[in-house]
Amino acid sequence: MTPRQPSDDRALRIAALAVGVAAALPIGYLVWRTFEYGFSASVDVATSGRTLGLLWSTLKLAVAVTASSVVIAVPIAWLTVRTNLPGRQVWSIVTVLPLAIPTYVGSWAFIGALGPRGMFASLLGIESIPSIYGFWGAWASLTLFSYPYVLLTVRSAWMRLDPGLEEASRMLGRSSWHTFLKVVWPQLRPAVSSGALLVSLYSLSDFGAVAMMRYDTFTREIYLQYRGALERGASAVLGLMLVVLTVTVLTGEQRLRRREDLHRLHGSGARTPQPVELGRLRVPALAGLGLLTTLALAVPLGVISYWLVRGVRAGEPVWPAWSLISNSLSVSLLAAAVATIAAVPVAMIIRRSPGRFANVIERLSWSGYALPGIVVALALVYFGANAVPWAYQSLAMLVFAYSILFLPQAIGAVRSSLLQVTPSLEEASLLLGAQRMTTFRKVLLPLLRPGLGAGAGLVFLTTMKELPATLLLAPTGFSTLATRIWNSTSEGFLGRSAGPALALVLLSSLPMAILLTRSQRQGARRIGETGRDQPAENAKHDVPSEVRLTR
Amino acid sequence: MAMARVPLSTTLAGACALAVVVTSCGGDNNSLTLYSGRGEDLVQPAIDQCADRLNVEINVRYGDSAEMLLLLQEEGDNTPAALYYSQGAGYLGILSADGGLLPLDEKLTSQVSDANLVSPANDWIGITGRARTIVYNTEALSESDLPESFVDFTDPKWSGRIGWAPTNASFQDHITALRGLLGDDATRAWLTAIVENEPVAYEKNTPILEAVASGEVDIGFVNHYYLYRFLAEDPDFPVANHFFDDGDPGALINVAGAGVITHSKNPDAAQEALECLLSADIQEYFASTNYELPVVAGAEPWSELPSINSLTLPEFDLNLLADLEGTVDMLVDVGAL
Repeated sequence: MTPRQPSDDRALRIAALAVGVAAALPIGYLVWRTFEYGFSASVDVATSGRTLGLLWSTLKLAVAVTASSVVIAVPIAWLTVRTNLPGRQVWSIVTVLPLAIPTYVGSWAFIGALGPRGMFASLLGIESIPSIYGFWGAWASLTLFSYPYVLLTVRSAWMRLDPGLEEASRMLGRSSWHTFLKVVWPQLRPAVSSGALLVSLYSLSDFGAVAMMRYDTFTREIYLQYRGALERGASAVLGLMLVVLTVTVLTGEQRLRRREDLHRLHGSGARTPQPVELGRLRVPALAGLGLLTTLALAVPLGVISYWLVRGVRAGEPVWPAWSLISNSLSVSLLAAAVATIAAVPVAMIIRRSPGRFANVIERLSWSGYALPGIVVALALVYFGANAVPWAYQSLAMLVFAYSILFLPQAIGAVRSSLLQVTPSLEEASLLLGAQRMTTFRKVLLPLLRPGLGAGAGLVFLTTMKELPATLLLAPTGFSTLATRIWNSTSEGFLGRSAGPALALVLLSSLPMAILLTRSQRQGARRIGETGRDQPAENAKHDVPSEVRLTR
Repeated sequence: MAMARVPLSTTLAGACALAVVVTSCGGDNNSLTLYSGRGEDLVQPAIDQCADRLNVEINVRYGDSAEMLLLLQEEGDNTPAALYYSQGAGYLGILSADGGLLPLDEKLTSQVSDANLVSPANDWIGITGRARTIVYNTEALSESDLPESFVDFTDPKWSGRIGWAPTNASFQDHITALRGLLGDDATRAWLTAIVENEPVAYEKNTPILEAVASGEVDIGFVNHYYLYRFLAEDPDFPVANHFFDDGDPGALINVAGAGVITHSKNPDAAQEALECLLSADIQEYFASTNYELPVVAGAEPWSELPSINSLTLPEFDLNLLADLEGTVDMLVDVGAL
């Protein structure tokens, strides 16, 4: 790499540092509360049998959810990217949509449908079915509503993979399984691990599923402390333990990732491979996808519709008030924009100047991600009311909170698209005398656009569903679809909550579907272009034509 | 980063402009901020009425009662809130013990029909009452199958058939009251025996009613008014309330109450708002729409509400309700949480 002009580097570092410090506000608050609580009391809480039991049950859940998400997502990615699966385009959108369903809605629907003597049991006419409460229920609903994090990252990595390498491996006589293990998997691993990171930390922080399924985790315990004993010190200790867990998981991921440079993906050299003929596999593949989407989409939508019909019969409107919709959309769009912009300097530091500074910034940025929303929200309440009262309970503060909460989703997406950009492109631009700003704008930004879009899309989706921070930090009187659902369900107006729930799912799905369709089309176009217009670059990556002839 | 900077600054400017619009109403004398642990569907119409009547703007933040209390505690002196409206007396007791509430005028506290509905320090007041009851599945049980007293659910024949919400504020207030009525030892023994009956735990009241209706459990410990909402949406809902006789530990009346925040910027307007919530027509609105029990002398309860016509409270010290921590510790000890 060319030596950097120190001033530019400094600007980038300052920006990244600012983001890291902002993201670390919740930890600061937790440390302070723990300190206030006292050392020995904190140690007592941290080492009590109850806490250790919770640690075990929390880890068990996070590991199980992550593993099953990978197991579900990787085959779907393969089916929708590399095979002649019937309805491939539709499946590739439908399989991501469960992400639009909040776990508190999805788990509630599961209980209604699959619970003991629920709709499913009465449909089959059986007295009782195995209980879905506890570990299995929490595991199933977290997996079904968060596996798309892995699917999204793996799919986009798979679309970028150069099929030439696989073809070469097959040419050399390796079986397709062996080729997958030795050629494809190593290239997918960074994408799998960054998706898995999102899933595992998300499952540490989730309250909706574990509360509904009555499974004890750290997050549930923190809520319990807040609700019952109102002991902020003990909750702070548990929160800090979650932060330590997050940093541990992150360090593991960083270590895995260190190897990814060996498999750096260059430029946009991939072309469309011949789709794999599924043959007889088609039936089980379709059956599996059908079962998955039934559980993760049809069941929640069915139960929502059931309550919607009942609500409408009792005089509730089908479609919620416009103000709820516009409030939800506008804060989510703002949060998506702010989080994505804040993610750029962090991702660039991590990618371009790896080292201790970058590591610290990355860990700080992620630190709040595994914390339950209520902890982050209370930290910002304390900070806002006492340090910046003029901004407290403003929309800006709420957007700031969302950005801190979901920053890692944007960082992950931007980072993986930075990974695709060979530094030589920027270097060439600089050597040709372009300013760094011009280089960023003309060279880097266009290449980053898919990553920025994906990051913004994820943050948008997650913000739409967010509840605890919205309840505590939104301007007084500001309601969103999520708070409306919460308000109605908590007082037993289930029919009234169905309209907002349906609107929330539909409005979150729409941008997701658009984003996915566009990325697919762009993918297709880019592949077309590389074949035609960039023979020079192709020559480096593509398989020689005689290899292709043999297929 | 020129291109990135443009959207950032416009975004922030947009957010701030909006924020100014949204918050510009706060702080002046003609507006009040209320933190409500009670749901929007239940109280907003009453608050709109009072805002009209007093010609003030009342901004309401809705959330969980405990979370709204935490909010007040974190905000401290800088709270924008003038009023706190809680689901149960326990959280009000905690706020009162912290010095977070202002004493109320006598003309306010004297309106309430029962001295037990006002805090011992005169700094919070009950707005409506809710009876603790049990609900039962009418297909599985008839009323005569139910025990004489609430405390008899320790009988092993109820094993696996009870639904409860040990993390719920109303339930915890009930246990705190039992501690006052029966003493800590007897309450602990009772809880231990109930836990041995393996009750099914739910997050709050509503899922308990759903579970009783579906037959997942046969009975549930709840507040009385949730049922009528289910019945309004579905007259065939197979669940009924059972009220224990006056004086039974199961016949507790819990209050939803409110108080004026110490750091409130216009405490007088806040008191007027409370006074309005106690006026006869608003009390009747709570009674007829939410099926709650009015607390002022003249107002009538919902006509179809069976068997409880008066607020007879078992005798115990309301100050005890603030000891939520003791209750939670006990629930943890016996394995209920």
